[in-house]
Amino acid sequence: MKGNEAIAHAAVRCGCDGYFGYPITPQSEIMETLMALKPWETTGMVVLQAESEVAAINMVYGAAGCGKRAMTSSSSPGVSLKQEGISYIASAELPCVIVNVMRGGPGLGTIQPSQADYYQAVKGGGHGDYRLIVLAPASVQEMADFTVLAFDLAFKYRNPAMILADGITGQMMEKVILPPFRERRTEEEIRQECPWATLGKPASRPRNIITSLCLQSEEMERINLHLQAKYREIERNEVRFEEFDTEDAEYLIVAFGTCARICQKAVEMAREEGIKVGLLRPITLFPFPTEAIKQYAARVKGMLTVEMNAGQMIDDVRLAVNGRVPVEYYGRLGGIVPTPDEVLNALKEKIVK
Amino acid sequence: MKEEIIISGFGGQGVLSMGKILAYAGLLQGQEVSWMPSYGPEQRGGTANVTVILSDERISSPVLNAYDTVVVLNQPSLERFEPKVKPGGTLIYDSSTIHVHPTRQDIHIYRIAATEYATAHNASKTLNMIVLGGLLKVRPVTTIDNVLLGLKKSLPERHHHLLPQNEQALRTGMELIEKISQ
Repeated sequence: MKGNEAIAHAAVRCGCDGYFGYPITPQSEIMETLMALKPWETTGMVVLQAESEVAAINMVYGAAGCGKRAMTSSSSPGVSLKQEGISYIASAELPCVIVNVMRGGPGLGTIQPSQADYYQAVKGGGHGDYRLIVLAPASVQEMADFTVLAFDLAFKYRNPAMILADGITGQMMEKVILPPFRERRTEEEIRQECPWATLGKPASRPRNIITSLCLQSEEMERINLHLQAKYREIERNEVRFEEFDTEDAEYLIVAFGTCARICQKAVEMAREEGIKVGLLRPITLFPFPTEAIKQYAARVKGMLTVEMNAGQMIDDVRLAVNGRVPVEYYGRLGGIVPTPDEVLNALKEKIVK
Repeated sequence: MKEEIIISGFGGQGVLSMGKILAYAGLLQGQEVSWMPSYGPEQRGGTANVTVILSDERISSPVLNAYDTVVVLNQPSLERFEPKVKPGGTLIYDSSTIHVHPTRQDIHIYRIAATEYATAHNASKTLNMIVLGGLLKVRPVTTIDNVLLGLKKSLPERHHHLLPQNEQALRTGMELIEKISQ
């Protein structure tokens, strides 16, 4: 099954209440699969094609305000359109899942795979000081697994979570074991899990108000400090990454998503030539595995980031390394995917001297 | 065992579905598989290709720079992928659509006049299965039985009456394929 199809199946299976989207290559199979699955006849999940990306994200905002498990998906230009809504949702502290199956930009760009929305996803593409929880799947299996994980983390922290995939993970077919079925929560269960949800006010408590507007600066600062404290907690608890061949590594490649798969092959090829190189794959891009990379900086002679962009994640790697070893970048732009031998050559030219 | 294959041709020749059927067959024999298509504008008329990996172990990169087996069904694909066959690897080309022939000496080259046969027998829709039959003859990465099971899984039920025709095409391909060099 394709990565996009895996996301759709996983959403239905993990008790998602509503999907709101607008089609765009290379992720249209998400909504197409949901429409074919007709979950409104089985679990009662709503699947709706909105009139635009802006409408879709605001439908997610509304559904999330009622404590529902709501999601949307798009690709780069469409995700840009959603940024206002994402900022509002982050400010209002609502849980939801946003999928970005990235394609080459800037602008309308190409429809081919890219990772050029790293900054947008990780640094906050909308306005204001907010963070998304960002998961970077590297396989079809993870497209399914991270859909479930993204919902769990979003509700745990009342924060929007993003699945940052790319055209390859979306379009590629691989073997996948779908997650077990989970019932959609009843209204009563939602009331218990989400006491903040606007599901009608009982006499026993004051009104729940969901808003991102706060005209009192002192109060807005307090909200900001609360958000920042939450982001620090997420950084403490939720860092996830994977390592390959790093035990005796003299050099380290850092890559996420599809690029990590390509680099894994490059590592295998380099090892055959006797180059002791390992790979660190950040699974969460926010929170970033800063501490793990910092520790490698004390052990290895140099690092290479491989990205399908002009070098974005390299900033976070360099911050972690803090100048202790050289950190170089290799990548391709605009929808071109680097091949394993290109990565190996870059490793030899830039790092292994 | 690991087999890294690319299949390339014009959009409409059934390149992507041939890869899909191969991947399903790999799944059925318990292997790890990856199927990575070109989904760009080429799929809508130009040259389309699909990378299929069948492996007994976890697959690292779905993107490759060299292949064990290359199947090409048009001239631009031959020009693009002939240099990417691993030394000692296999190149299969459709000799009815490709007239400037491959020249490498360090690989196994096979030709199959699949388009000619399919057109002559009014069976252009089974072109990809003829080619797949040829591929299985020279690179038996899976069995005809598994391919047919894979086909059954990937075809909607209303098309299942076409299965015997596809099996016939597979067997035809096995007979049509000819060795050129090495």
